[in-house]
Amino acid sequence: MISIGIDVGSVAAKAVAFNGEKIMATAIIPTGWSPKESGNRLLEEILNKSQLTLDEVHAIVGTGYGRVSLDFINKKVTEITCHGRGAHFINPEIRTVIDIGGQDSKVIRLNESGLVMDFLMNDKCAAGTGRFLQVMANTMEMDVSQLSETAGDAKPENINSMCTVFAESEVISLMAEGASKESIAAGLLQSVCNKTYSLVSRVGAEDQVFFSGGVSQNPLLKKYLSDKLGVEIQVSDLSQFIGAIGAAIIAYEL
Amino acid sequence: MRPAMMEEVEALRGVNSVKIKEASEAGKKVVGMYCVFSPQEIALAADAISVTLCGTKQEPIEDAEKELPRNLCPLIKSSYGFAITDKCPYFYFSDVLLAETTCDGKKKMYELMGKIKPMHIMNLPQTAEGEESLALWKNEMVRFKDFLEKQFNVEITEEKLKDAIKLMNRERQAMKRLHQLNAHKPAPLSGMDMMLAQWLKGFNVDKEAGIELIERLIHDVEDQMSKGQYAFSEGAPRILLTGCPIGSGSEKVLKLIEEAGASVVALENCTGYKGLDTMVDEHKEPMLALAEKYLSTPCSCMNNNNGRLDLIKRMAAEYQVDAVVDLTWQACHTYNIESFTVKKYVKEELGLAFTQIETDYSDSDVGQLKVRIEAFLETLGVTVTG
Ligand code: SF4
Ligand code: SF4
Repeated sequence: MISIGIDVGSVAAKAVAFNGEKIMATAIIPTGWSPKESGNRLLEEILNKSQLTLDEVHAIVGTGYGRVSLDFINKKVTEITCHGRGAHFINPEIRTVIDIGGQDSKVIRLNESGLVMDFLMNDKCAAGTGRFLQVMANTMEMDVSQLSETAGDAKPENINSMCTVFAESEVISLMAEGASKESIAAGLLQSVCNKTYSLVSRVGAEDQVFFSGGVSQNPLLKKYLSDKLGVEIQVSDLSQFIGAIGAAIIAYEL
Repeated sequence: MRPAMMEEVEALRGVNSVKIKEASEAGKKVVGMYCVFSPQEIALAADAISVTLCGTKQEPIEDAEKELPRNLCPLIKSSYGFAITDKCPYFYFSDVLLAETTCDGKKKMYELMGKIKPMHIMNLPQTAEGEESLALWKNEMVRFKDFLEKQFNVEITEEKLKDAIKLMNRERQAMKRLHQLNAHKPAPLSGMDMMLAQWLKGFNVDKEAGIELIERLIHDVEDQMSKGQYAFSEGAPRILLTGCPIGSGSEKVLKLIEEAGASVVALENCTGYKGLDTMVDEHKEPMLALAEKYLSTPCSCMNNNNGRLDLIKRMAAEYQVDAVVDLTWQACHTYNIESFTVKKYVKEELGLAFTQIETDYSDSDVGQLKVRIEAFLETLGVTVTG
């Protein structure tokens, strides 16, 4: 028996095929303008990759902000629940999941069965999200994936504004004042770290902490967060797929 | 299934705005009120009509923001916006306004609003506890009575007050009975309909007709219950909604909860059950009885406000709820800070799931709220459809 989980986020759409024990295939494409279209393309791709036809699939669960526009799914489940189940699958000892996504960040507390006990999400604006980093990286004419490397072990510049728009002008004036790219990049990551920390501390982070979502692929941010929280934060190569994995597990149980 | 009577209840919206015009033109005096601390009885005893003016719509906020700070609670902005734009017939036909010194935002807004129409302010004590508070609030009742007597050139006799108290108690009893129908599992009325019925009564021009209408609605609902017809299925998670006031136009969160498949069975807020819990003592001296009743309102403007926790506890048990949702309007400090206490109490003492939602009247965050509400319902482990 095989199930599929599809996570249509604001930046990327991810899919996994799951056989009840392990992840058989993964696929990822940019979400683009139409979540519905990318959902369809993604389904095709994951079927190809796992060499399956739709008839052989037991069930499909959709998650992520684009889940409502998928017409081939059996059930939709929120990304909160899916991230919880996905992280639990990666490591059942995990009790706190930090997910920094494209347009929102969240902190989830899990129980020993991987069920969500409590969660918090950032408010309306993009402060502290992947989008924030992306806009700032663009301002400095680099790709968001280069931030960590650029920052290296530079001393972080103070970025006071949490608002994306104001932070952008702050970055511009820092550059005008001659602050180094390295220290600004470090400052930006530090500012996301602080914002995330305040979210985490309201939910509580005991035991093992996992970092999921696209932004978790940023090693320096992971280090900053680990230092600030005083625990070693875990990431996984599959971090970007955690939501889709959770969805596939829920689909498997349908 | 929705009771057929609900359509008649909903039609009140149009009917009432015509009636208020007719009544005003026929020489009836109208007192516009803002808050559940307002003693409607005194207005009724002055042979006037009382209407609720609390703003619950987004529409006039843009105009209000020309004069008020943007980061203010939407309820205050909406109320003020209605006052300066003539968009609300009830404000338009109000001869005088009654305001109370509740939260800071309202208090200061009233200073501006008081320039538009004659306004009387009742000074609330900061705490509901102690003899001094009661004495102060009783004195405020007398001041309001004197104000109306002078404004409308009438005499408010003890007799008239007693009649008004009886009438208002009957209205409260009817609304309370209606609300309590939802203690049944599954709930016979959706939270949306309950909210509408409770909210619309605030605009009711003819009290007797209003009571009669609610009694017919109760009858209608009981009839459906006897046939096994309910608004939700047995398995729908049962939610107690607490926090800031809501009304038609500011029902966003209530609506999202029910669209996600949960049943809002109890509205603890002041536009719901809060004001219906206790009656005015009909055997006491009227002014004292009124002061006691209104001062007992468990609102977050009071320091401290343990009465709210007690009410939540009683309602959670009576309505067999699975979770508590605490709604806070953006920039409402009193409810926002109190949410921490409520969360602790609900989770630790009552052992129920809890979430707080902070938002305003606009639709800008509907997408995110949907995710949060659906995810919250998923944590309850009850099957939710939709
Ligand atoms: S919440 Fe309190 S202050 Fe606000 S309207 Fe209700 S009773 Fe009045
Ligand atoms: S919701 Fe809060 S801030 Fe707004 S009027 Fe009521 S108590 Fe004041």
